[in-house]
Amino acid sequence: MINFEHVSKRYPGGMDALLNINLQINSGQMVFLTGHSGAGKSTLLKLIALIETASRGNVYLDGENLNKAKHRNIPYIRRKIGMTFQNNQLLFDRTVFDNVALPLIVCGYSHRDLGRRVRAALNKVGLLSKERRNPITLSGGEQQRVGIARAIVNKPKLLLADEPTGNLDPEMSAEVISLFSQFNQVGVTVIIASHDLQMISRLPYPALTLQQGQLV
Amino acid sequence: MRPWLNHHVRIGQQSLGRITANPIAAWMTITVIAIALALPASLYLLADNLLKLGDYWDGDTSISLYMKPGSNSTATQTLAKQLEHRADILSVNIISSAQALEELQQQSSLSAALDILDENPLPDVIVVKPQITSDDPLVLNKLLNWLNSLPELDMTQLDRDWVERFNAILNLSRTGIFLFAALLGLGVLLVIGNTIRLEIQNRKDEIEITWLVGGTTGFIRRPFLYSGFWYGLLGGLLAWILVGLVWLLLKTPVRDLSSTYQSTFSLSPLSVSASLSIITVSAILGLAGAWLAASYHLYRNTDLNQYY
Repeated sequence: MINFEHVSKRYPGGMDALLNINLQINSGQMVFLTGHSGAGKSTLLKLIALIETASRGNVYLDGENLNKAKHRNIPYIRRKIGMTFQNNQLLFDRTVFDNVALPLIVCGYSHRDLGRRVRAALNKVGLLSKERRNPITLSGGEQQRVGIARAIVNKPKLLLADEPTGNLDPEMSAEVISLFSQFNQVGVTVIIASHDLQMISRLPYPALTLQQGQLV
Repeated sequence: MRPWLNHHVRIGQQSLGRITANPIAAWMTITVIAIALALPASLYLLADNLLKLGDYWDGDTSISLYMKPGSNSTATQTLAKQLEHRADILSVNIISSAQALEELQQQSSLSAALDILDENPLPDVIVVKPQITSDDPLVLNKLLNWLNSLPELDMTQLDRDWVERFNAILNLSRTGIFLFAALLGLGVLLVIGNTIRLEIQNRKDEIEITWLVGGTTGFIRRPFLYSGFWYGLLGGLLAWILVGLVWLLLKTPVRDLSSTYQSTFSLSPLSVSASLSIITVSAILGLAGAWLAASYHLYRNTDLNQYY
């Protein structure tokens, strides 16, 4: 599903975030991406989500070369991907429901279908009772779950999570990870970037380790 | 089709709601737009009315022929008959020196001064209305040249001279108003552009997140285009109201002034088409300003590398 061929990413200023990365992640896999902060985990996810483009080499998603994606096609490629962010990227001027509905509104869903799918997603992360709340009134773990609900509301085939357990206690982290494995069990490809090596070592999923922009 | 329409109605309502949610800032923007548009629109209203004033007299072209002093009324009659036979003359009217004196005595405060004169200082006047078949000024010029060559006449005066000058001044001022309006229109464009730029900055988070979950540029730009449209439309409506107020305030003084000239001229309000033009142009300017601002700032601000 995802293919990196000799991929390098150099940021303006000459910092090499990724150096000659070759990797393949098959459809239906769940993979951890680990390494110290600054090792290039986020950059790797950004290349898949087309938030960044590779300086060298090619990134393929479902056989499509992302380096050659036209600017106007980027939104449509992104709709195939669900992504959660380190800082959750929630909007605090609207309800939990409206936050989760955003990817559907963007795709032009009618209001009726929208309610059903948003509630299904909120139900899956256990926040159905809080759909009318403002996300700022929720705990860190709950906010993370709102972000997850938003990532899955579109039923994407690929889920990218950047440090989903970064600010959570071990109990909540375990809950969030078990959510991701549930999605994986129904066929979703999941890539989780995390520096929590202890947690990763206890889980039965493969881990790719990045060190100074290179896979080790 | 229907979800698409629903989406537009919803976005339109939301952006209108966002404008009314911050009424003071919105009013300031709308008022600036309205004043910028009301200025040229008011000038247009005045120029348009003056133009009507010009039209009023335009069909009334006449030539006054002043007889040489000392010529008698028989000479005047003879010349008048001669003129009547010409094809390029529509009508001939004699104002005898006696008639002219009488009128002058009735109308002016000079009557006392006129009384002490021994003899009538006024010449006979023949007022000729030329037959103007076309707008060709050469025909009229030919007639004028011929009249000027007549030995019986002291001078000829074409009453149309001032009408032409008046029209030339009006044309000049219309060009001036157009340029003025274009400048102020550009101002409106920039005011709206700047308002939209601020709105984009205030909603940066929303723009970024929408972009991250797969919103197209068109989708992200749409609410801002609606905002610009509303600002333009509301500004245009307020401008129209302001011009209406100008008309109301000037209506009575103009009528008073024109009545001193024995004229029934009155200031007409803006026509329906001119009113619609102001509002339409304003709405289009709003849309265009928003489009420019959104195209420029969205591309700069959704460069997500720096935010993510």
